[in-house]
Amino acid sequence: MATIRIPTPLRKLTQGKEEITATGATIGAVIASLETAYPGLKERICDDSGQVRRFVNIFANDEDIRFLKGLDTPVKDSDEISIVPAIAGGRR
Amino acid sequence: MSDGPSPDVRGVLILGAGGLGCPAAFALAAAGVRELGVVDDDVVDVTNLHRQILHGEPDVGVSKVESLAHALERRFPRLRVTPHAARFDASNAVALVTAYAVVVDGSDNFATKFVANDACVLARRPLVHGAAVGTGGQLLTVPAGGRPCYRCLFEEPPPAGVGPSCAEAGVLGPVPGVIGALQGAEAARLLRGENPAFAGRLLQYDSTGMAVRAVRFNPNPTCAVCGAAPRIRALDAAEYGDDACRT
Repeated sequence: MATIRIPTPLRKLTQGKEEITATGATIGAVIASLETAYPGLKERICDDSGQVRRFVNIFANDEDIRFLKGLDTPVKDSDEISIVPAIAGGRR
Repeated sequence: MSDGPSPDVRGVLILGAGGLGCPAAFALAAAGVRELGVVDDDVVDVTNLHRQILHGEPDVGVSKVESLAHALERRFPRLRVTPHAARFDASNAVALVTAYAVVVDGSDNFATKFVANDACVLARRPLVHGAAVGTGGQLLTVPAGGRPCYRCLFEEPPPAGVGPSCAEAGVLGPVPGVIGALQGAEAARLLRGENPAFAGRLLQYDSTGMAVRAVRFNPNPTCAVCGAAPRIRALDAAEYGDDACRT
């Protein structure tokens, strides 16, 4: 299973977990698997057309998947996948 | 586009006199920087005080830029702080950043962060970006002219209702303190002519587990502002919209 690093703004959807594991042969399949286990997560990562949102980046072993094969980037069991959204706020 | 600041352009412009801007300004003053500018159109509120460390209870209701300038100049008599009591937006951004050698983004909303990035790339000023929300923070540096810039990594701001909601957008007090102090240290390096430590590198700080991680990112050839065929060649307010959470 690949290890997925969850950013702080999305941890409400993962019961506070910082790291979770998921199966899938590609990044897209891993995201689908995450959605099954943690409903609501996919729509925070992908838009209505299924593409990764433009303020979110996914890194597979520290490589930006936009410069690999995007959602078709292959995933191995030992891979570490990081979800990195832009953040702003902190008004209170 | 100019080729960078002329020798008489000095100092650091700080966007926001809040949770990030206060510690960044303090770090720069303590590092010996003599000229700071600070932009903010807000006044001090009592709910700011746990993280906006240069303001105190007697400053509630006072302009944040005046409060920050007063607090720093009292402690550092040779420092000159220029307060810009205005909202930093597409109408004034390029003129403001052009007047300084380095820019620190301590703003709290996506619209301002994208304006700051684009203005700095267009004006060829280095930008030290920071953000903090909840228990997490981020930091990266945009070299003069970009390549890479903030937009190379995050192509567009979140549409309304998709990013963290206003109600979720609180922050643990020390988090902006950590990020702001790092921004100040990075800006001081740039002012001394040293290479940025966070160019093409996004630092992520999570106070929950006291974890610090960094990921590298590359220039995006299709970047809208610093790519091979940039779409953004001047700032247009329509590009940035308004920030739904802005108070």
